[in-house]
Amino acid sequence: MSDKLFDLLPQNLQEFYITMQDDLYDGLKDEVIAATGEALDAHAQGPAAILQYGLVAGMEIVGEDFRDGILFVPEVLLAAKAMKGAMEVLRPLLTDAKDVERQGTVVIGTVKGDIHDIGKNLVGMMLEGAGFEVINLGINVDADKFIAALREHNADILGMSALLTTTMPYMRTVIQRLAEEGLRERTIVLVGGAPVTEAFAEDIGADRYCDDAAVAVEAAKTLIAIRKERSTPEAGREVRQKRVDK
Amino acid sequence: MKSNRLFEQLESKGLLLGDGAMGTMLQQAGLTDGGAPELWNVTHPDVVRGIYQAYADAGSDIITSNSFGGTSYRLKLHQLQHRVFELNYAAAALAREVAGDTRLVAGSIGPTGELLEPLGPLTQAEARAAFAEQAVGLAAGGADFVLIETMSSLDEVQAAVEGAREGSDLPVVVTMTFDTNFRTMMGVSPAQAVQTLAGWGVQVIGANCGNGPAETERVMWEMAQARPAGVVLMAQSNAGLPHWHEGEISYDGTPPVMAGYTQRMRALGVQVIGACCGSTPEHLAAMRGAMDGPALADYAPDFVTAAPKPATAATDRREARRAARAQAAD
Ligand code: B12
Ligand SMILES: [Zn+2]
Repeated sequence: MSDKLFDLLPQNLQEFYITMQDDLYDGLKDEVIAATGEALDAHAQGPAAILQYGLVAGMEIVGEDFRDGILFVPEVLLAAKAMKGAMEVLRPLLTDAKDVERQGTVVIGTVKGDIHDIGKNLVGMMLEGAGFEVINLGINVDADKFIAALREHNADILGMSALLTTTMPYMRTVIQRLAEEGLRERTIVLVGGAPVTEAFAEDIGADRYCDDAAVAVEAAKTLIAIRKERSTPEAGREVRQKRVDK
Repeated sequence: MKSNRLFEQLESKGLLLGDGAMGTMLQQAGLTDGGAPELWNVTHPDVVRGIYQAYADAGSDIITSNSFGGTSYRLKLHQLQHRVFELNYAAAALAREVAGDTRLVAGSIGPTGELLEPLGPLTQAEARAAFAEQAVGLAAGGADFVLIETMSSLDEVQAAVEGAREGSDLPVVVTMTFDTNFRTMMGVSPAQAVQTLAGWGVQVIGANCGNGPAETERVMWEMAQARPAGVVLMAQSNAGLPHWHEGEISYDGTPPVMAGYTQRMRALGVQVIGACCGSTPEHLAAMRGAMDGPALADYAPDFVTAAPKPATAATDRREARRAARAQAAD
């Protein structure tokens, strides 16, 4: 892992997190949950650090190896389940924690006519891991349901998934409905799923196409930050500074 | 037991031409609201019959019933779960009408869409019961064999094979989808599929859908290398991958491409050759020509067999931990 802050951790803690990531990689839910408790108690780690160094960093490796055809869906699902187990321990702590930046609220779902949900669920969990509140509407979601949820939760981001060329066009319908309902301006729209492309996303007027869960997290954070930049000067400085760092 | 028409025809004809996409054709005919294709067997029987007929006219030896999503789990998405028998019966009966005595009817069974234990909620027994229920309808409607297709998990295939045998006495054919780095998305390799399925007594085994004819060729090459004696191979590749261009979806596998694929499948010893998503009767007509024409004079696989990824420090470290765990468990 090439994270500057991670490299600054004491050696034993680095090793602890690497073992936790390895257990996550192997889908060992009980071990990952136990390690989460140990990190909190014995290592006095904050929930955000555990999330980042133990879970998110571990899922990133899983995601890369899935993309490279080394891991397959069962392994990814088991790792995701292990992460979910640990998230249940961390979630209540994250809500009160000072070291977590609250990022915003995301409504996510697979569009009408489509039942593929593995990728969408991964994206949802990774967003949650990155500090977003995630409302997962499941599969076969129509425009009315998306809109009702966006309103109810006063959400910042809408994430739509489609894995079929026949259901992709429905994303356009939802975006048009957002405009009609006066929600388009205040909603960041992210789209994804295997057949979706950058060009298609642009064509239907989405804000960003995301290739995978890591990209989705990056995009969600960036777009939220850009939006904050527009609304407050200090947030703006932060975003600009981050750009300079890159 | 009913006479095995599938094997009779395989023996007499040597090669059998499958058919092409149903979903793509139904969409062209107006099924664009995300509704259940299987419902059209009773609401639009003329459309479904017309598609079957178009494949028969193109030269298909096998007509595949419009019942891919016909398990109660898939029909539940459309609140049709109580109509499993009716919709599967209608799918097979319409196909039987068109196929007559000269062609075969494949009773299509697709995945439930649920993940099986321990990955998901569905138990092996529940899955088996759902497949059996579907097979009863397909057999009553007149299918000659059950075609379990587009599968990715061996656990689900096992439930489907057992269910099909419970619900009918028809021969069972299985094709899986190898679309993830030459494995199924669940990680099953072509060799593992052909060997495991042969062990369960399945005699016709292969691949369908996937990432187009070029990838299917490598998958079938791998299967051919590992094929146990007596197994007949089957391939139904999709017509390439869908592309979105100026508001239209098109597939890059043209009829001539699919004709070339047919030739190459023959060269690999694949005896049942058809197509999947994106194909039309036009593709099948081209494939018929390639099946009836002369065999390729020489065949050489023109794909590279990828070298396995080298181990890294991380893989070695994880391997060591796994070994330690295994030892601790003893
Ligand atoms: C698993 C699977 C199924 C399972 C779904 C199980 C489930 N609970 O999800 C089952 C068997 C049920 C299924 C059914 C069907 N499937 Co299917 N399926 C697949 C398969 C093999 C893998 C999809 C998957 O889970 N990938 C793993 C995840 C991790 O990747 P992902 O979904 O792409 O998600 C990542 C990114 O895309 C992105 N992302 C995804 N969503 C989102 C959302 C947002 C907001 C963001 C930011 C990012 C993002 O991040 C994710 C994580 O990195 C694909 C082939 C493939 N390799 O893609 C075919 C595939 C998608 N299916 C296909 C088809 C045709 C079907 C069926 C229509 C078959 C049929 N004839 O009935 C049915 C459709 C039923 C329906 N109405 O939806 C075709 C689609 C062709 C097309 N382009 O139209 C594919 C491509 C297979 C093929 N090669 O032809 N399928
Ligand atoms: Zn297909």
